[in-house]
Parts: sequence; C-alpha cells; structure tokens
Amino acid sequence: MSAPALADEAAEAMAAGTTVAELRADKRVRRRRATLPYVLLAPGIIWLVVFFIVPMWSIVSTSVETGDMDTGFVLSWRWANFGDVWSQWHQQIIRSLEYSLMCTVFCLVLALPLAYFIAFKAGRWKNLLMALVVAPFFTSYLIRTLAWKTILADDGWVVHAMNTLHITPLLSGMGWTYSDNSVLQTPFSVVCGMVYNFLPFTVLPIYTAMEKIDPRLHEAGQDLYASAWATFRKVTFPLALPGIVGGTLLTFIPAVGDYTNAVMLGGPKTKVIGTVIEQQMIGTGGNIPYGAALSVLLMVGTLVITLAYIKKAGTEEIV
Amino acid sequence: MAVVNWFRKHVIAIVAFLIFFFLLVPNFVVVWMSFNKPSGKYNVKWEKFSFDAWKNPLDDGILHDPLMLSLEIALLATLVATVLGTMIAFAIVRHSFKGRGFVNSVLFLPMAAPEIVMGTTLLALFLNTFGVSFLGFKSILIAHIMFCVSYVVITVKSRLNGMDPMLEKAAQDLYATPWQTFWRVTFPLVAPGIGAAALLSFALSFDDFIITEMTAGNSVTFPYWIWNAVQKGIPPQVNVIGSLMLIITLAGIAVAEVPKWLKTSKAH
Repeated sequence: MSAPALADEAAEAMAAGTTVAELRADKRVRRRRATLPYVLLAPGIIWLVVFFIVPMWSIVSTSVETGDMDTGFVLSWRWANFGDVWSQWHQQIIRSLEYSLMCTVFCLVLALPLAYFIAFKAGRWKNLLMALVVAPFFTSYLIRTLAWKTILADDGWVVHAMNTLHITPLLSGMGWTYSDNSVLQTPFSVVCGMVYNFLPFTVLPIYTAMEKIDPRLHEAGQDLYASAWATFRKVTFPLALPGIVGGTLLTFIPAVGDYTNAVMLGGPKTKVIGTVIEQQMIGTGGNIPYGAALSVLLMVGTLVITLAYIKKAGTEEIV
Repeated sequence: MAVVNWFRKHVIAIVAFLIFFFLLVPNFVVVWMSFNKPSGKYNVKWEKFSFDAWKNPLDDGILHDPLMLSLEIALLATLVATVLGTMIAFAIVRHSFKGRGFVNSVLFLPMAAPEIVMGTTLLALFLNTFGVSFLGFKSILIAHIMFCVSYVVITVKSRLNGMDPMLEKAAQDLYATPWQTFWRVTFPLVAPGIGAAALLSFALSFDDFIITEMTAGNSVTFPYWIWNAVQKGIPPQVNVIGSLMLIITLAGIAVAEVPKWLKTSKAH
C-alpha cells in the first residue's frame, strides 16, 4: 500500500473513531459478507445452468441435424425438420393439448371443493388430510396407474355400475369411449388416469392459498347476507386466485408431456406427442433430430401458453 | 326436509370424501392385488388369495438389481440436492445479492418444464458432448439432482421464512460467534425443513420415470423395469413393493401426526 493510501486509511479510522486495525477487520468481514451469498448460490445454480439451461441449446442444435442411426447425425441447420414433424404428427400434438386441457379442467373442478373442505372445514384434521392427499405419491405412480386397469376392467364393478346408470352409452356417444361396455384403451381412461395422477399438484397450491384466507372474511360475507355460493365467488375465489393459477399450471404443464397414462391406460387411438418423442429419441423411431424438434415445439408451446395465461390471470405470484 | 337440510349442510364434506376415495382407492387396489395369485402372466384380474408374492418379494431376485439401482441413485441424489438446495435457500432468505431475478427463474423453470422436455434436452447434451457410452448411472444421477434442487429450495425456504429472526439476534447478544449461532440456533430450527426436503427429494428421485428413461441408456431403475414389464405382464411382487412403500409412508405420517393430534384433543 502506498504512503498516501495509508494516510487516507488513518484519516478514515480517526473519523470513525476506531483504530486502523479495527477498520481493516471490519472491511474484511463486510467483504466476506458480500461474497458469502455467491459462494452459497454457486454450486447449485451452476448445476442448474449446466444441466438445465445449456441443454436447451443442445436440443435446438440437435433439432436441425440430419442423418440416420447408422451413419450418425450432423449439424446441417435444416429448419425444415420442424415442418416435417408438424405435418407428420400434428394430430398427436393436438390430442396431447386436448387431453391435458381436459385433465386440468377436471382437476380444478375436483381440487376446489377438496382444498376448500381441508382449509376451512377440517379443523384439527387439516394436516392429516393434507398428508393423505400426498400419501399416494409415495407408492410408485406407475404401479398406481396400473391399478386403474383393474378398477376399470370390462367385467369390474365400476363398469357394471356405469352400465346400470347408463353412463357408458353417454360416454361413447360423446366420443370419449368407443363401445357401450368397455372404457379401457379410450380417451376416457387416459384422462381419468391423468386426473388421478395430477390432482395432488392442483390441490397443493390452492390449499396453500386458501389456508391464508382469514375465515372471518366468510363470516363478514354471511353478515352481509351473501349466500354461501356468493361468498365463495366474491371472497374465496379471488383470494385463492394465485393458488388456482399455480395449481392449474402445475397440472397442465406436466400433463402436456406425459405419455405414461396414454400408454398404460390407452390404446393405439390415444397416442400422444410424448410417445412419439420417446420413440424417436430412444426407441424404434430412430430419428433423433425429429424427436428433438418435437421437444422444442413442446417447450416453446408450453412456455407461450404459460406466459399468456399468467398475463391473462393477472398474477405473477405463482410460487 | 331434515334429510335435505342435513345434505345441504354436509354437501362439501360428502364431495370431499368422494374425492378422497378417488385418490386413495388405487393404493388399496395395489395392496389387494399383491395377495393375488394370477393364473397367467397379467396380474390385472383378481383370482385367488395367496401369500406367495409376499414370501418372495424380489421375485427370485429379478427385482433386486433395479431396486438397488433406484435406491442408490435416490440416496445420492437426495444427499447432493439437499446440500445444494439448502445453501441456495439460505442465500435467498438471509442475504442480499445481485441477480435475484435470474436465480429465481433458474429455480422455477425446472418445476415448470414438462418432464419429457427436461429428459430430451439432457439426452441431447449428453449425446452431443460425451456420446452414448456416458448414459447410465452417472447421467441418471446428474438429472435427478437437477430436478430435485428446486423442490429442496422451496421447502427449506418456507421453513426459514417462518423462523423468528429474533432468536438469532438473541444468540448474538449472548456473545455467540456467527458459527455458534448457526450450529446451535439456526440449524436445529431449520432441520425439520431440511428433513422434509430430503424426504421429498428421495420420493421424487425414486419414483421418477420419464427423465430417467431418457437418460438411462441400458441401466434399468425400478420404475423403468415396471415400464418394460407392462407388455410382458407385471408380477404381483411389484405390488408387494408398492404396498411396502405405502405402509412405510403411512407409518411415517402416523409417527409425525398422532402425537400432535393427541395433544390438541387433550387441550379441547
């Protein structure tokens, strides 16, 4: 350190009423405080950047490659791959969107009363019931999805009951199933499995938002002669909106890419875009650039839908 | 009239009960079918009660390797993701730093991306940089750590946010060094949050299928084994393992919740 700098430091210490040594120690601590957050953040954030952000670039570059399995794929910037995959598989893309939209709507319809009941009516059973909502998570979801094959089997009591109540002809009339006495391997069974698998994702954020609502607001609504329904619509729903937006997104986004339900509970007529991607990337399809192009479409599509939806719902607090 | 009134008063409870039924019935079916003795290779239809699958839960050792691989990956991924995620949570709640928006979006996006997208992007990265030979234990582990970190961060963050900062101030007033304050006050208070985060990571990793399938190469985890076996027929032993997982979870919930519940019911 040069002489003028030392003099400056001494003057600074005198002004602060401390010694030079104390001033230096203080600066060291402050410097350590300033770097500490970056030390804490670095390992995890670098991991996410390298294995989540960088791969986004990898998939884009893979999606414009050409070649085949035997000779390998080379980067040739063939953007026409996107046109190819759209014309070949747009049916499956649209079907995936339909299934995941239906799944999200049904999940919301089921999640609202469930979250409402647990948040406001369950009292001291609250935590236990929330634990039961997530408990199914702890048995492999593929096994639980297979259980629906047993439940919805042609000669099972569920289908018998649906027959007696004339629900099966109604479903096949709507085109959700293909015959009057069977529901497996149809859009109905696929969406049923999806709703079952994603419902906890819808319930959790809605419950969290509802739990924060002061129950006295409900009493106030009743004091002002609002019916239970009006109180829900004018008080509960708007206050729970951030949770509803979060819950529907956490349902819709994973549902678009899901293919496990479509394969396990569906049939040849319920093939979704996830299955196509799976087959192209690691299966019998064997055209990795096509699989990559479909992934990019899915990625950009969900991002656009998500941003538009958040803007429309007017909330940024989704987590 | 009384019936109608009763119904109107309890309609929300009835609906909630039916939804719980919908959510929990498949778990009972899993347990119930573990006692089945299927005549063919498909364990879909109930035929005959038997303890055969429970006496031989690994199906003559066929399930040993996939289960061990899944357990190993889940334990390692949980360990690394919990450490990385806890560090990030502390930085976010306790420190000010530049680039907070960037950090938040990097953490949020993995939770908001479809699994198939994360799987295929990682596969593209691994294929482009290392080639097919890299796929296996290492690539699955990298992927699992990646998608677990965000969940650890939100779980630990909410625990940290709910903590009274006065407790740490009090420790400092009593001349505790920052190091002592952290290990004697902060850490014990945050520990339940870290434990919950670790449990969640373990469950997410152990159960993951789509990302795993994309990055697995020739390695076969337990969910991947089930997936491959669907066409050939799933043995009831898979249901036994599913049932055991459920029993362990419910026991965990009981241990955590019953004492609290007893305490409140005594207070009433």
